[in-house]
Amino acid sequence: MDLRFTPEEIAFRREVRAFLRREIPSDIRRRLSEGRHLSKQDMVTCHRILNARGWAVPHWPREWGGQDWSPVLHYILQEEIQRAAVPPPLPFNVSMVGPVIAQFGNEAQKRRFLPATANIDMWWCQGFSEPGAGSDLASLRTRAERDGDHYVVNGQKTWTTLAQHADWIFCLVRTNREAKKQEGISFLLIDMATPGITVRPIITIDGAHEVNEVFFDDVRVPIENLVGEENKGWDYAKFLLGNERTGIARIGLSKERITRAKQLARATPAGDGTLWDDPDFRKRVALIEVQLKALEITQMRVVAGARGRSAGKPDPNSSILKIKGSELQQATTELLKDIAGPYGLPAADGHDGANEPPVGPDWAAFAAAMYFNYRKVSIYGGSNEIQRNIIAKAFLGL
Amino acid sequence: MDFDLSEEQRLLRDSVDRMIDDAYGNFEMRGSYMTEPRGFAEPLWARYAELGLLGLPFAEADGGFGGGPVETMLVMEAVGRGLALEPYLATVILGGGFVRLGGTAAQKQRIIPRIADGSLRLAFAHGEPQARYDLADVATTARETGAGFVLDGAKTLALHGDSADLLVISARIRGERRARDGIALFLVNADAPGLARRGYRTQDGQRAAEVTLSDVRVPADGAIGVPGEALALIEQVVDIALAAVSAEAVGAMQALHTMTVEYLKTRKQFGVPIGSFQALQHRAADMLVALEQARSMAMYAAMMADAPDATERHAAIAAAKVQVNDSARMIGQAAIQLHGGIAMTRDYKAGHYFKRLTMIESLFGDTDHHLRTVAAGEGLIEAV
Ligand SMILES: Cc1cc2nc3c(=O)[nH]c(=O)nc-3n(C[C@H](O)[C@H](O)[C@H](O)COP(=O)(O)OP(=O)(O)OC[C@H]3O[C@@H](n4cnc5c(N)ncnc54)[C@H](O)[C@@H]3O)c2cc1C
Repeated sequence: MDLRFTPEEIAFRREVRAFLRREIPSDIRRRLSEGRHLSKQDMVTCHRILNARGWAVPHWPREWGGQDWSPVLHYILQEEIQRAAVPPPLPFNVSMVGPVIAQFGNEAQKRRFLPATANIDMWWCQGFSEPGAGSDLASLRTRAERDGDHYVVNGQKTWTTLAQHADWIFCLVRTNREAKKQEGISFLLIDMATPGITVRPIITIDGAHEVNEVFFDDVRVPIENLVGEENKGWDYAKFLLGNERTGIARIGLSKERITRAKQLARATPAGDGTLWDDPDFRKRVALIEVQLKALEITQMRVVAGARGRSAGKPDPNSSILKIKGSELQQATTELLKDIAGPYGLPAADGHDGANEPPVGPDWAAFAAAMYFNYRKVSIYGGSNEIQRNIIAKAFLGL
Repeated sequence: MDFDLSEEQRLLRDSVDRMIDDAYGNFEMRGSYMTEPRGFAEPLWARYAELGLLGLPFAEADGGFGGGPVETMLVMEAVGRGLALEPYLATVILGGGFVRLGGTAAQKQRIIPRIADGSLRLAFAHGEPQARYDLADVATTARETGAGFVLDGAKTLALHGDSADLLVISARIRGERRARDGIALFLVNADAPGLARRGYRTQDGQRAAEVTLSDVRVPADGAIGVPGEALALIEQVVDIALAAVSAEAVGAMQALHTMTVEYLKTRKQFGVPIGSFQALQHRAADMLVALEQARSMAMYAAMMADAPDATERHAAIAAAKVQVNDSARMIGQAAIQLHGGIAMTRDYKAGHYFKRLTMIESLFGDTDHHLRTVAAGEGLIEAV
């Protein structure tokens, strides 16, 4: 047993760190760090810089742009991207639909979609959840009916993140209403420009436009856009969600927030000194750091264990990572909000329609907004209750 | 010991509840009030006046209704439940509190009847950019001249400061920035020359203002209490305000808990109401524990708000705020989680309760701040 990184791994980390600081516009990194919303162009820019370096889709098969890396190198890259406050390659593209097409798509689909997906020439969004199908995703009702060489899609998706930017949506649709609910679902790729699709914004409590409702009204989708076999979509979705959950601990992101929290606390007046002089405050930060260190080592155990495991099979530990990782992400946003203190009160510029110049330090209003926004991380990607059910049922046999 | 309300208190509660339900029962109305120039609806303020709420805590001899902290608690609970936007706290509890407890007979005569009839709104401009939660941290200066005082400085986050007609402003006449001695309070008209305000919306849909003062002249009779010795009064009024927001928080938590439990009974996943899952039942039960803890401490705060011993009062109010904050965070977060995605949306009421509760947490001191006050004294448990 040796918990240290090898010299090659350390060198790789240095290389990544230097590259990100050199190549990614610092203004984008600063805005992301402060919790401001990035434009589509910002995200595309960063995604493409990484892709040009071969770092957007290193976990894909080699022939589609992947790297023959150990799981540790993948982890290092991901962590450094988060620590540098670089917007990560769009997860819908690189962690969700890309791997599904690479694994289950046919050759024509791979050629058509994978290079464009890797380079974000196509922006994807995820059309899984519906108003009546959240945690119980398999009860989804959006239906696709065959009509010649097309499917005709009718129904509604919701919570669709950044659908307003998307060129394509990957959807779970019901193709067999007779079968057991998991067995009548198919995985369909739909061009957002197809007639009959309406995207309606959902504004969240922090005033952001991040999610949407997507309506399908007699949308005609060519049958060649079906991934894999009809009615096997649930298997592909499980494969996809397994990938989603391992990335969700976001340890690098929490590290970045803690680093920032310390900087801000040192600059925040309190009493005769600064907030950082307050031992109670420092103990609180220390406690979060302890838990994060533990989670980091847990994550490394999972990463190391992934060596040689068959690709795409979700590790049972991903539920542990999701629960604790989301709790720590929330703890760090709570910390930042508490540092802002009274200055968390004014509404953030552009949020809630209050287009007024900032009051107090200009990061402070975003701290509260970020705290509100991050309540989402224990809800999406399989809520923390669902993760606990998985642990209890699948691993503990309860 | 008697926790029952008197007949009059019950009538008061019923009428306040009815008014708030009428005004805010339809949640979309709140959004439309927010777009009014002052951030709330004038006709509603008139309703408060008609019901006698604006004169409630003032002595009858001064033109009020002689209500005490319990009456204030009843009003504020309803305010919390409705997520009401009107400047009740700013005008009646804070601004009015200074006049009530520190004003001269002439000041009371001039101001209280006009608060009570709804024609005068007040705000408290005290916090400063460097002060965080320290009430003694006042850098704004007041220079004494033959005719009165001249104020210079900057105040931040004056609740409803942009719509107020009259401001209660703190300034230092002597001493170091954080000295307890040397602070004075002044009544200043909002349109006084040299006074500038910048109003803005707060995260919870209310309003606040930055106030800058350059060469603002205040006549000698504009001071509240003895200039230089105002900190004790500031602490007293802030304690009363903390008791009031504790009650407001309880109203909000109660409503949020109720709507969460209701949602658990109606939202179905996996073919059953999600309230049938024990994990969620336990969380909802824990929310009730937290709610009742907060309610008890809000009552304690109401009882102690006019305690004669300032040290005892201060520790008790701090203790109440610690508990209320703790419950507010737990209930706010749990309510969002138990709802799932729907509570993340701006059109759904739960998130607005969560935001108001979050803002209350840092109002006049966060948990750390008040915990320090409790810990610095002898604690709350008497030795036997
Ligand atoms: C900001 C945000 C972005 C999102 N982006 C996307 C996206 O891009 N694409 C997409 O398809 N979806 C997206 N989602 C949807 C997300 O995956 C769902 O919100 C999630 O699956 C929960 O579903 P729900 O909101 O309907 O809550 P519900 O499933 O109704 O859950 C409500 C509560 O019940 C609990 N619960 C449910 N079942 C059980 C059970 N069996 N045992 C115990 N507790 C249970 C839940 O944990 C939760 O606390 C997003 C959501 C959010 C908030």
